[in-house]
Amino acid sequence: MKILVCISHVPDTTSKINFTEGDTKFDTNGVQFVINPNDEFGLTRAMWFKEKQGANVTVVNVGGPETEPTLRKALAIGADEAIRVNAEATDGAFVAKQLAKVAQDGGYDLIIAGRESIDYNGGMVPGMLATLTDANFVNTCIGLEVEGNEATAVREIDGGKETIQTSLPLVIGGQKGLVEESDLRIPNMRGIMMARKKQLTIVEPADASNETKAVKFEKPAPKGAVKLVSPDNLDELVSLLHNEAKVI
Amino acid sequence: MEIDLGTQMNFDYSETQQMVATSAKEFAEQNIRPHVMKWDESQEFPIEVFKKAGEMGFMGVLVPEEYGGSGLGYHEYIAIIEEIAKVDPSIGLSLAAHNSLCTNHILTFGNEEQKRKWLPKLATAEWIGAWGLTEHNTGSDAGGMNTTAVKDGDDWIINGAKNFITHGKSGDIAVVIVRTGEKGDSHGMTAFAIEMGTPGFSSGKKEDKLGMRASETAELVFDNCRVPDANRLGEVGDGFVQAMKVLDGGRISIGALSLGIAKGAYEAALKYSKERVQFGKPISSFQGISFKLADMATEIEASELLLHKAAFLKNTNRKVTTIGAMGKMYASEVCVKVANDAVQIHGGYGYTKDFPVEKFYRDSKLCTIGEGTTEIQKLVISRNILK
Ligand SMILES: Cc1cc2nc3c(=O)[nH]c(=O)nc-3n(C[C@H](O)[C@H](O)[C@H](O)COP(=O)(O)OP(=O)(O)OC[C@H]3O[C@@H](n4cnc5c(N)ncnc54)[C@H](O)[C@@H]3O)c2cc1C
Repeated sequence: MKILVCISHVPDTTSKINFTEGDTKFDTNGVQFVINPNDEFGLTRAMWFKEKQGANVTVVNVGGPETEPTLRKALAIGADEAIRVNAEATDGAFVAKQLAKVAQDGGYDLIIAGRESIDYNGGMVPGMLATLTDANFVNTCIGLEVEGNEATAVREIDGGKETIQTSLPLVIGGQKGLVEESDLRIPNMRGIMMARKKQLTIVEPADASNETKAVKFEKPAPKGAVKLVSPDNLDELVSLLHNEAKVI
Repeated sequence: MEIDLGTQMNFDYSETQQMVATSAKEFAEQNIRPHVMKWDESQEFPIEVFKKAGEMGFMGVLVPEEYGGSGLGYHEYIAIIEEIAKVDPSIGLSLAAHNSLCTNHILTFGNEEQKRKWLPKLATAEWIGAWGLTEHNTGSDAGGMNTTAVKDGDDWIINGAKNFITHGKSGDIAVVIVRTGEKGDSHGMTAFAIEMGTPGFSSGKKEDKLGMRASETAELVFDNCRVPDANRLGEVGDGFVQAMKVLDGGRISIGALSLGIAKGAYEAALKYSKERVQFGKPISSFQGISFKLADMATEIEASELLLHKAAFLKNTNRKVTTIGAMGKMYASEVCVKVANDAVQIHGGYGYTKDFPVEKFYRDSKLCTIGEGTTEIQKLVISRNILK
């Protein structure tokens, strides 16, 4: 089985988020980047297929050279090779078209994407990618088994689960549940050294246009100060929750 | 402006070094952070963490891959010890002792057979390593040691005791330097690798310590312990000179340990100073506090530069004795001072176990003592610069 894992290069969740150029561009200054958590669950599941079923795992990212450390981390975790599409990841449609090209050229049986990236939360790429590659699609995927050409996928539905029988080629929008946090792997020293020798291919982008354009970003209002209420003063707590926080 | 890189000195971590540091940090957060205070309290040596560190490749950092190690250099080694020490210095100390002292002694001075026999076990943490130079009556003056080895046929008979030995109880193998010649002769000592379980070799008292409490420190006792000549590392008479060379590299790791402690304490103090409000303002707005932070940050930066310079010399096989001693001395004194100021910035809360600086304060003091006290570093540095 040939697996393609789509890897988004996103700011660490503890990063301070700022915008520049009149709130139209994300300020990457001093920001630490990581593998998008939803993708990391998928990558870890792909490692399982590699180790248990002999799958071959390629990771792919659409982005500039600054995203290579993130791809190399995926190689250090155990992916066999990496592809970087040399283009700025602007909108979902553009990214999906680039990934579709890579997917078609490589002839992958299973494409694992994350349900959404935790930076822009677009959530559109996996669905578009499935359509563009004419593959089956399971979103919010929290469990995946593959036997030959048949796949059994578990989806999260509000408060419950749905088990789906489908066949390859398949695109999934994965998330936590594919594996658990405790299954995630920290690259060990051997993996890091081996990653240096693995192939990271840079391909030029396919001709594709953006369908959307960000014109303004706004940050959520800053959090207010903490108010401490004494445990004896339940009335005050209720009144604050009702009148100030307006949550009850 | 584009600058010709040929005219630059590079102070950046490479991508690989950055990845190594991140892995060490994540490892420490996951496997060490949740247990730090428990291990400290009970003075428990958490052997399972070292086994996991072995899987990560942290127990044979400098050991080439052909002997089962990670094949990394000193910059990566500093990064690993530093990141672990930021979370728990005592685990950092044990990693440093295992890697730099025991394992590195065998790597540097063992013959091929000895390296094949022991390094793969040490590099994967199947075995924990100890290294014994210090004795009850000889610390700084290690060359005056009283433990002896006497040749008996093809074997050596060892008698005496080593004191303050990291992993003295839980170690599976110890490299020990013992006297085989005249007292006072720097060529009168020889190194042996001795496996735990060898008759006549046992461990004695475990120390109850101020800090570094999860790192085990104990006595090694030799009572007519018979060791085959095949366990001798290098030539008869070379043991002390070997030990000094091992310490040249080891000091870089104690420097890295100091750097991690200093950064851990500084980061905690920086954060606290912005959160703690007195007189209606965060305490960081008072110059008495902000200037302390400025000094801490500067001294940490200077320690880091000194240590990475030592690492660079070591990686390029140049003499590192002076700069290594400078790095160890400076970084260790800085970490004690920074930990002290970090407690001060926390006020009364810093004196409690609810904040991490209390432990950094206790742990830091080992750094100006182990692998040669500050006074001994000054001796080494002054001797070299006056040569
Ligand atoms: C937690 C811990 C772990 C350790 N792990 C190991 C280990 O794994 N293996 C090992 O072999 N050892 C180990 N040691 C021992 C350590 O290296 C010694 O404690 C250290 O070298 C100092 O020796 P000492 O304690 O005998 O002090 P001493 O040598 O007695 O020194 C006492 C004081 O006198 C000063 N002094 C001594 N000579 C001079 C001089 N000529 N000029 C000026 N001042 C001087 C010293 O600087 C110090 O301030 C460990 C120690 C500790 C505390």
